[in-house]
Amino acid sequence: MLNRLNRTLRGIGHRVIDRIWRLGRASRFFLSTLVLSGESFRRLHLTIREMYFTGVLSLIIIMVSALFVGMVLGLQGYNTLQKYGSSDAIGVLVALSLVRELGPVVTALLFAGRAGTAITAEIGLMKATEQLSAMEMMAVNPIARVVAPRFWAGVISMPFLAALFSMVGVFGGYLVAVPLIGVDEGAFWSQMQSSVDFHEDIVNGVIKSCVFGVVCTIIALFEGYDAPPTAEGVSRATTRTVVNSSLAVLGLDFVLTSFMLN
Amino acid sequence: MDRTTIDLWVGIFVALGVAALFGLAMKVGNLTSSQIGATYNVTAAFENIGGLKARAPVKSAGVLVGRVENIQFDSKTYEAQVTLAIDTHYEFPKDTFANIYTAGLLGEQYIGLDPGGDEAMLKNGDKISHTQDAVVLEKLISQFLYSKASETDEKKESK
Amino acid sequence: MTENIVEINNLSFAYNNRLLHKGINMRFPRGKVVAIMGGSGSGKTTILRLIGGQLKPSAGEVRVDGKVVHKQSRQEIYRLRRKMGMLFQFGALFTDLSVFDNVAFPMREHTDLPESVIRDLVLLKLNAVGLRGARDLMPSELSGGMSRRVALARAVALDPAIIMYDEPFAGLDPISMGVIVNLIRSLNDALGATSIVVTHDVHETFAFVDYIYFVSDGVVVAEGTPDDLSKSDLPFVHQFVHGEADGPVPFHYAAPDYRQDLLRGANA
Repeated sequence: MLNRLNRTLRGIGHRVIDRIWRLGRASRFFLSTLVLSGESFRRLHLTIREMYFTGVLSLIIIMVSALFVGMVLGLQGYNTLQKYGSSDAIGVLVALSLVRELGPVVTALLFAGRAGTAITAEIGLMKATEQLSAMEMMAVNPIARVVAPRFWAGVISMPFLAALFSMVGVFGGYLVAVPLIGVDEGAFWSQMQSSVDFHEDIVNGVIKSCVFGVVCTIIALFEGYDAPPTAEGVSRATTRTVVNSSLAVLGLDFVLTSFMLN
Repeated sequence: MDRTTIDLWVGIFVALGVAALFGLAMKVGNLTSSQIGATYNVTAAFENIGGLKARAPVKSAGVLVGRVENIQFDSKTYEAQVTLAIDTHYEFPKDTFANIYTAGLLGEQYIGLDPGGDEAMLKNGDKISHTQDAVVLEKLISQFLYSKASETDEKKESK
Repeated sequence: MTENIVEINNLSFAYNNRLLHKGINMRFPRGKVVAIMGGSGSGKTTILRLIGGQLKPSAGEVRVDGKVVHKQSRQEIYRLRRKMGMLFQFGALFTDLSVFDNVAFPMREHTDLPESVIRDLVLLKLNAVGLRGARDLMPSELSGGMSRRVALARAVALDPAIIMYDEPFAGLDPISMGVIVNLIRSLNDALGATSIVVTHDVHETFAFVDYIYFVSDGVVVAEGTPDDLSKSDLPFVHQFVHGEADGPVPFHYAAPDYRQDLLRGANA
């Protein structure tokens, strides 16, 4: 029995040390990506190409999800607000929920699922088929050439996607509130405008989405770069990308929100 | 997928994103009505500011004319020192009243300026001498109870 | 100019606490085609990575053009690598680039040549491997032999002095194999380069290389010209050349006594 306990403890210890070691590798990876970013901007077409794959191709899922989220917010919000006779505040509720929280967070989660996994799979496969090795042997640094442009593409795309999410979501809420339910259009917009502060809500939301962009993209890149070069290794890496990105985004959201509300 | 097509789509994407940010700032937020112009500062002392916060609106006749810049505690007079940043387009006489109102029944608190009749105007760094504190709910209730209690007392005495 | 463009002196390399190479010595003279042969897992590909500076030796040294590879700075390693071309086992073409762009990659990365010059050079290299007509195809549309040839064109894009081949014949049909054999020899002679071929294909290799190193169990067990080795009676060489199932490289993976194993299974 003691033997088993011993083994379990050692197993846990191993895994914790493994995680910490991984975190160290990931931090070094992050730093080299930043340091070697010069080429992503000198040869802008590399970054732009990646922005197409991470940003443009995510547009559909982001906008459709935003529409539905906004509409649900409108419905649920109205359902509760009208009990207190405050159905005029529906615009405020939809806008603030989206701009402050749902815009950045849901966009980040969708991004991790769509673009993040694509990045992880692509880099993992490049590693498995020795393309990254070939690049190294041709004296081209794969981090500068493959990783950094994708990183900056993700970081730049995220705030735009989050802003689009919030905008389409507000429109979705408007669709439900004004034409469907019959809330007064003027009250909807004016209440919203007087309650949503540019500095506190919108700027903070943009800051959040930038941070999430950095986190989600670097996690996706690292998991792909670090994956064992087998089919199983790559598939497990894509799962890890989604899980780790989601946890990181939600955790950071709490930290940032408490920071900002102070 | 050649380079020109990719560039086109990325350009559209960035344009959409910037438009969304703009739309959020203008339509959803209140960027247009926030103070982007020059302001001048005046101070006002209150015994109780209630729930007044920095960046709260300063209104006159219901129109936004400025923002609360700063709230500090004066340890000599034991009063709250509120610094108001007023848009330079608007001038107020020296005997203006500064009152703390509440928007709606339980909404946020703001400062309302009631202009007096003085010909001299407030300048940067001046102090508003006429102030009215925020209505604190507890004081209101205790006042009501006290007046109710004294009413019953009077009735008893007059019997 | 040294006579041997690549020298391996007393090289030892450990991987996962296991010694893969135990004091290897090899010489690769300029202009020759040299093969490194041995069983699977004997560390042949690792030697290529050590030459290219992707790995650092645990002891000993690898010299390329007189310079000790693992002592060079990052910049200098990159400069050395520009003199090398490597053909990876299954081509390792960049899947998101066309055949043309794959061959043009090293030129675009390392030279400032205008696109028109690059176009001519790429067509030249593709023509040398017989695939000029396939320039607009994507790697996913190529057969195994074709992608191997494109990778070869890419490896020689900058006219390297050292060309390394990692199992170039793996999984190819006889015709493609013959094509590759031809190309290795003719490119080597046309460019005046030195070719290092890691392989275990006895028949093809013996037909065209100048010198062979046999590696087993971390040491060089035999070396010589194809003629010498086919007449050798060293047990390992004999087993390898004649494809014998059992010999110095055992058939059975380490296991306890057969009888005991069966009996124990009945009792347990």
